[in-house]
Amino acid sequence: MQLVLEKRTERSNTIALVSPLVAIGLTIVTMTILFAVLGKNPLLALHAYFIAPLTDSYSLQEIAVKATPLVMIAIGLALCYIANAWNIGAEGQFLIGAVAGSWIAVKTQGTDAGVWVLPAMLVLAAAAGALYALIPAICRVRFGASEILTSLMLVYVADLFLDYLVRGPWRDPNGFNFPTTAEFDSVATVPLLIEGGRLHLGSIIALLVVAAAAILLGRTIKGFEIRVVGAAPRAARFGGFNANQLIILTFAVSGALAGLAGIIEVAGPVGHLQPGISPGYGFTAIIVAFLGRLNPLGIFIAGLFLALTFIGGEQAQIAMKIPLDVTKVFQGILLFYVLACDSFILYRFKLVFPNRQVARGTG
Amino acid sequence: MPAYQRMLDPTPNGLHSGESPLLSTVGLTKRYGDFLANDSINIDIWPKEIHALLGENGAGKSTLVKAIYGLIQPSAGEILWRGTPIVLSGPSEARSRGIGMVFQHFSLFDNLTVAENVALGLDGKESFRDMSARLEQVSKTYGLPLDPRREVWQLSVGERQRIEIVRALMQDPKFLILDEPTAVLTPQEADQLFLVLERLKAEGRAILYISHKLEEVKRLCDTATILRGGRKIQTCNPRLETAASLARMMVGGEIREVKSAASRQTTIPRLVVNDLSLTPEEAHGVRLQHISFELKGGEILGIAGVAGNGQDELFAALSGERLSKDPGTVVIEGIAAGHLSITKRRKLGAAFVPEERLGHGTAPRMKLSENALLTGHAASGMVSHGFIDTAATLETVDRATETFDVRKAKRDPEAASLSGGNLQKFIVGREILRNPAVLVVSQPTWGVDAGAAAVIRQALLDLATAGAAVLVTSQDLDELVEIADRIAVMFHGRLSEPLATRDATREKLGLLMGGSSLEPKEAAHAVGA
Repeated sequence: MQLVLEKRTERSNTIALVSPLVAIGLTIVTMTILFAVLGKNPLLALHAYFIAPLTDSYSLQEIAVKATPLVMIAIGLALCYIANAWNIGAEGQFLIGAVAGSWIAVKTQGTDAGVWVLPAMLVLAAAAGALYALIPAICRVRFGASEILTSLMLVYVADLFLDYLVRGPWRDPNGFNFPTTAEFDSVATVPLLIEGGRLHLGSIIALLVVAAAAILLGRTIKGFEIRVVGAAPRAARFGGFNANQLIILTFAVSGALAGLAGIIEVAGPVGHLQPGISPGYGFTAIIVAFLGRLNPLGIFIAGLFLALTFIGGEQAQIAMKIPLDVTKVFQGILLFYVLACDSFILYRFKLVFPNRQVARGTG
Repeated sequence: MPAYQRMLDPTPNGLHSGESPLLSTVGLTKRYGDFLANDSINIDIWPKEIHALLGENGAGKSTLVKAIYGLIQPSAGEILWRGTPIVLSGPSEARSRGIGMVFQHFSLFDNLTVAENVALGLDGKESFRDMSARLEQVSKTYGLPLDPRREVWQLSVGERQRIEIVRALMQDPKFLILDEPTAVLTPQEADQLFLVLERLKAEGRAILYISHKLEEVKRLCDTATILRGGRKIQTCNPRLETAASLARMMVGGEIREVKSAASRQTTIPRLVVNDLSLTPEEAHGVRLQHISFELKGGEILGIAGVAGNGQDELFAALSGERLSKDPGTVVIEGIAAGHLSITKRRKLGAAFVPEERLGHGTAPRMKLSENALLTGHAASGMVSHGFIDTAATLETVDRATETFDVRKAKRDPEAASLSGGNLQKFIVGREILRNPAVLVVSQPTWGVDAGAAAVIRQALLDLATAGAAVLVTSQDLDELVEIADRIAVMFHGRLSEPLATRDATREKLGLLMGGSSLEPKEAAHAVGA
């Protein structure tokens, strides 16, 4: 008897839906073992991670706030990944967008600039994120440089650039030497949805982005182009689609969305520019994109789920002294299982019984 | 099968009395999942015999020889070598027993010399110099001339095949398997190969010859075993059969005759190529040189030639997958189109069917409706304001299904789940339903079952009758002779003057395919006169 991996004649849609759930299940099993090894009560830890944040309104709002950048970035990344273009540098595009938008906020600080400030910040941030993403895209198209490496390396450039600005030219003179800009004026701040709450306008923008992406991919010829270039490059060329143009386009769109997420985060929940505005949103969004099956609706759900792990991780740290880094371990294990479970969309296990003797009798 | 029964089994030519078969398979079965690629196949191959293995694509020929050559393990049944059961763990064990094989697709390194390639395929311990000397001797003995020092990329397909054959012969096989060896040869090269095979037979070796060219089998082979759907249908003497009776056994029914319209009116030129030259994009690609031809409406022009002589490059240049700097090199419907994209050429009324069905003609993991959109988005009203009209794409699938008898499990499956013949019918149908003015088709029936091939050829003829200009590239001369009005030959990136099909004898086409020109003789004639 033998276990073999057998190719399916058609991809299984059932498995495509079930596989993220199986991956989450396997991750939770692994985490249970990990918590036990750490000497913590697994049930209490899992409760802190996944149940406690869902029980009060503050945490629920906080989940939506954290999910906002994750979903926006992941939608852009999904467009890239579907088109077989590998943008790993969303974190850098996020930071550059935050920096570019903050520039307007810093320059208009204390002036009587009107309501145009926030829209201008959003537009500039999106444009800057797009331009920053175009660097690896153009290097790929013109020189054949791996966009995976170049986009990743540009993350650190962006990180250090932001660091320089808030420690140097943009530092708040009244900020006790902390590396941060002054608190943004109200015209440079993303409005809240509920007075006194945490939920802000950015979450609405993220929902619009999800809807737009769903329409783009499902109903338009551009979305078809993105899908076919990724799935069968030669057939796409035969269909009249230009893969290089599409790399440029998808990188620009995903850079713009990451940049937009960056400025919304800075002008929203944070309120000023400082290092550490992102707990790795750009990287976690990669997990969100894959956990959501590169599907806009899936990404929406996966974004909420991973936001839950951020909040749950904080609660577990406070309540049970579980290190915050365990959250990253959790996310890493989850990505591993998601990719592993994906094999079953195209393949299936089969038990094979060698039946040499049987057939010899009839032969 | 018990021994007494085998003795009663009427051997086709009773020459084998007293001897035992060199190799037999008994109840050989190979199962892939639920699919039986080989179903209890019994076959005997005797010394001094050229044994044809006939069958359509998917009949199980490749599976059977792979099992005999040790590449795959049978699920059931056994292989007898000189009457003794053997289990082959791999090809090297098969070779050490004296079983050699020449594959249809060569496994040669382009940047290595002939001798280096042969050395890589041998298991022996002799020095490179001894091996080279033996290589030269073997190639001389069998009339397979080869220069051991040349690099493979410089050689023609026929020469490359010689390397494979010599490599197999250097192991002094008792039993040699050849997989469709003439598919890549000119008729003249094929004749030379037959002489070599006759000689190997006279030396007492056995040859298993896979083919679907019936005339060839009748001429060369002593015995033929016909497979269909993984089962053995019959073993017979092909010389006592007609091509039609062999075809019936292969297909399991009558093949539809392709009917040409009594007379077709040619109209205006619809596709004109003027002095088209293109440097290859890839290393070792073929440079297109000064290609010119004119194709009128109502006409089918065939392009023959051994694979790899620039047919792929010509297709890319005609389709617009590769652009030409000079717009006038390709003229579609009177409009210079050399610089236009494939989408713009489609809008001019051109349609294209590439050789590769999966991955080029279709996206394998996408649905048929999406694959209808792949080429239909250009000019079929499937898109308005950037939005896809899903109903229109599905309607194309339904019409192609109905008109061209595409068999599939559900209304809109993935392209990869269709069989080769059905997918090809869909692709050809998808293009023909757009009523193209110009259709450029590459290898329309390659790897397609006989029934589907007849449907496709008929569709091409009907399209020409309706007034379209049709350009067919094919390596199958019989196919071109059947449907084309004129035939031109590609060799080393050049295209010969087209010959009217009634004047295009196999000899003439063969000469052109081998790179000889038809003119020098006439010139010599003129000088002599």
